[in-house]
This record gives sequence, C-alpha cells and structure tokens, in this order.
Amino acid sequence: MIEIHQLSKRFDTITAVDNLSFQVAPGEVLGFLGPNGAGKSTTMKMITGFLTPDSGRISIYGTDISGDPIAAKQQIGYLPEGAPCYGDMTVLHFLRFIASVRRLGREEKGRRIGELISLLQLASVQHQTIDTLSKGYKRRVGLAQAILHDPKVLILDEPTDGLDPNQKHQVRELIRNLAQDKIVIISTHLLEEVSAVCSRAIIIHRGAIIADGTPAQLQAHSKYHKAITLRFTQPYPVAQTLATLPGVAEVVGATQGHGYTVFPEAGVDISAAVSACIHDRGWCVAEMHTLEGRLDEVFRQLTGGQS
Amino acid sequence: MTRLLPALPALLRRELGSYFATPLAYLFIVIFLMLSSFFTFKLGNFFDRGQADLTSFFLFHPWLYLILAPPLAMRLWAEERKSGTIELLMTLPVTLLEMVLGKFLAAWLFTGIALLLTFPIWLTVNYLGDPDNGVVVAAYLGSWLMAGAFLAVGSCLSATTGNQVIAFILTVSVCFVFVIIGYPALLEVLYGWAPNWLVDTLASLSFLTHFQSIGRGVLDWRDLLFFVLFIGCWLLATAIVIQVKKAG
Repeated sequence: MIEIHQLSKRFDTITAVDNLSFQVAPGEVLGFLGPNGAGKSTTMKMITGFLTPDSGRISIYGTDISGDPIAAKQQIGYLPEGAPCYGDMTVLHFLRFIASVRRLGREEKGRRIGELISLLQLASVQHQTIDTLSKGYKRRVGLAQAILHDPKVLILDEPTDGLDPNQKHQVRELIRNLAQDKIVIISTHLLEEVSAVCSRAIIIHRGAIIADGTPAQLQAHSKYHKAITLRFTQPYPVAQTLATLPGVAEVVGATQGHGYTVFPEAGVDISAAVSACIHDRGWCVAEMHTLEGRLDEVFRQLTGGQS
Repeated sequence: MTRLLPALPALLRRELGSYFATPLAYLFIVIFLMLSSFFTFKLGNFFDRGQADLTSFFLFHPWLYLILAPPLAMRLWAEERKSGTIELLMTLPVTLLEMVLGKFLAAWLFTGIALLLTFPIWLTVNYLGDPDNGVVVAAYLGSWLMAGAFLAVGSCLSATTGNQVIAFILTVSVCFVFVIIGYPALLEVLYGWAPNWLVDTLASLSFLTHFQSIGRGVLDWRDLLFFVLFIGCWLLATAIVIQVKKAG
C-alpha cells in the first residue's frame, strides 16, 4: 500500500504539486495522466525519494520515505523519465552493478540478470556499452534495472516512450504480468496505454487531481459514451427522424458519406430505440457501433483543451 | 565497512571502472608519469643535486596535482547531473555518505595507482645511491594525502554544476589559491601589506606550507591532520551541495 497525504512541492514561484492525496493498493496499475508540466514527474520523484516534498507524507508499505529512505527505496523499482543509465558501462556490467547495490545474493544475482536479459530480449546487446544502444534497447535496460530486485512497488515514468509498436506491446504485456501482486504507477501521455494496462487512472492538472477512476469510469464522462455511430448505404432523412426519439440529445452528420453520430442524453441507453426506429423505416444500414467514450476527449475537456 | 556502508564497494568499483572504460585513463597516467619525470629531472635538477633522495621529485607535486587532479574530479558529479543518472543513483538504496565517499575514493585510488607507477624514479635513486627508503615511503604517503585534498575540492565543485568544463575551471582556480597562498615570494609581499596574523593564517591553509616537510619525508602529525580535515570538510561540503541542489 502506498499512501500519499497532502503532498506539496513548489519550485520558486510555481506550485508543481498542490496538496495531493491518494492511495494505491497492491494489484493496482495506476496510470498517471496529465498535460506536460502537470506535476506527474515531480510526484514520482517525491515518491521515489529523489525530491524532498515541501509538505506532506509518503508511506510505502508503512515505511515513511523521508523517515527511513533506504528501507523505502529497497521496496521500489524506478524508471526515471528518459531512462538514464550509465552509458560507459555494458548492459551486463550495469545490471550487475545495480544488483550489487540492491544487495542481491551471488546466486540470485546471476539468475535474475539471466531471466531479465531473456525476458527483455537483451541477449544480443549484453556486452555492448549502453551509449551505443538504440532508444528502444536503452529503455528496456532501464526497465530491467527497475524490476531486477523484484520490487513490491514499480514506478515507471513514461515507460513506452520512444518504443516501436511491437516493443510497446511487449512492455505493456510485461507490466500486466508484473502487476499481479505489485503496485505499479506509470505516467504516460498515451491515452491508449491507459486503456491497455491500467486498472485505475488519475488525471492531474496544475498539481492537483481532477479525475480518479477506472478507465471505463473516465470514459463515461465523455459525451461519446454510449453514443452510436451509423453509416447507411444511401441517403435517408436520418437527422430529422432520430433527433425526435426520446433520449437522443443530438445527431451529427459526417462530412462525407451517409454517416451519423447519435449522442444520447446523459445516462440514457438509446441503442434499442435507434435500432427499432431504423428497422421500422426499413433503412439499409452498412455499419452501426455503440461507442465506449473517448479518453482523449475527456482528457481535453478536464484539462482545459490546451496542454 | 560492509556493515556500515554496504553499497560502498559496488559504487567504488563502478566509479573506478568508469575511469578505465575509456583510453583516457591510460593517457592520463602516461601524462602524469611524463610530467612528474620532467619536473624531477629538468626543473628539479635531479642529477646535479648529487643527492640520493627524491626531494626534487616530491617538490613539484603540488603543481602536478594542480594540473592533473581537476580533470579526474570534474566528472564525478557533473556527469551524473548532465546525463540524468543522478536520479537513478539517488533513488537506489544508497546513502549520501556512500555516494560521496565512493566517488571520492575512486578518484583518490586512481591517483594512487598513477603515483605508484612512478616507482622507476624510486628504483633509479636506489640504483644511484643509498636513500632513506623510510623517508621515501613517508613522502609518498604524504603526497597521496595531498592529492586527496585536491580531489576533495574538485568533488565539491563538480557537484555544483552539470558542466564539466566549468567544474574543471572552478577546481583549478580554487586549488591554485590554496597552493599559491603558501608561496614564499607571495608571502613576503603580503607581510608588507597585511597584518602578520592574517598572512600566517592564510599561509597555514596552503598545501605548500603543509607539504614542504612532507616532501622531505618528515611526517608531522599536524600536517597530516591538516590534509585529513581539509578532505573531510570538502567532502562534507560536497554532501551539502548535493542535498541543497536536490531540493531545488
């Protein structure tokens, strides 16, 4: 359990984190969302003990990060933004160094490094210095470093930034597998990532939480939630007809083709009414979907449109 | 040691290893050996003095370290800041003391290795005459201790910036002051200008003042204490700088 209580941090005149409180339970994958400069990284830097908060408390499984930083840090694996690693070391030497600092036993050290090298597909570059690696490999070395000691808490600052779609998929898969009994906090500005891996999302803006819930709950804030998109094979008087149905708030036509989006009034399920109406008229439908809602639209709506 | 500072050996190994990760380390050692020989044989008139001792070798060590310690120390913290690895380092279960000591000791051991490799000069003296080898060992130890003082200054100034060049220039400047304020010709001028107690205090902070007798192989505990305290203070300052910079 991570407990964060009334956390604040100022830089000169800017309040980066403003009286932030939340808790994360084991098994949760928490996505930290927000525009650039919202305070995501600052919060993560405080949880991992790199920055000292101006006020507030952070407790990692009961250990206060400022009270006993060493004990708290032992339970955390951290991938800082940009995945900094010692560039002059080879992948293997770097992981051995981290293992020694983390005080893994000799046998465990060899075993874990071997496991991670195969898990993250680093075998082909293990003897290369990190400086010579591509961005994707560097990121995976950073991840290997973070999970080397099998930490109870994993904090990843933009873990998939700079990876290609296949690597992104692999990393998300990895995070999902790790998450069973751990606390994972990831920051990202990729909204599809939140839907893909997170069991809970927090949107922060100007250092404060403005939304907190499961990705589905956040999507429900969207005006696209339960909206229906339709496409017909030929023109019909769709807008006029559907707009009169009970529970329909708005019908918007697409700029081309015979496509429409039908928005419901908040909390109303209009799918049955819409399909019955179409059936009655005998209109020929090419496509019909019910939308889950758009996270990016919710995000823009909550954070004021500009990032 | 491993009980008290469990992460120190790993940090020290990494730092020392990173010196040898590039050919620069070997180049550095070659330059160190060439310069120390040049100082000894050319400027120090090693042969003309006709004495079987290493005074002319050790005499120039303050100036040698003035040139060669700053490039060793400049990367200690500046590089971590620049590459962002300081965030990685400081979120590992490592204490500030371990980090500061690990980096300093790596630079100091590296200098020790370079110093040990000057042994042919010692062999030469033993071949040519019959020096007091106890004195030579004492002078070597004293010289190494003084190197630590230069490196401690460099460690602290490296922590103030993310730019290695700035760290280098700052370190050379500050170390130059600590060397020159004990220079006899300068002291004479100062005695005419300032009260004696002030000049004496300044001179007592100089590496030259404290190294004079060490270079002749006389280990006075006050000189040793000076260097030990000097190193301790600058390492403490290093820790404070890192703590303060981190908070901001």
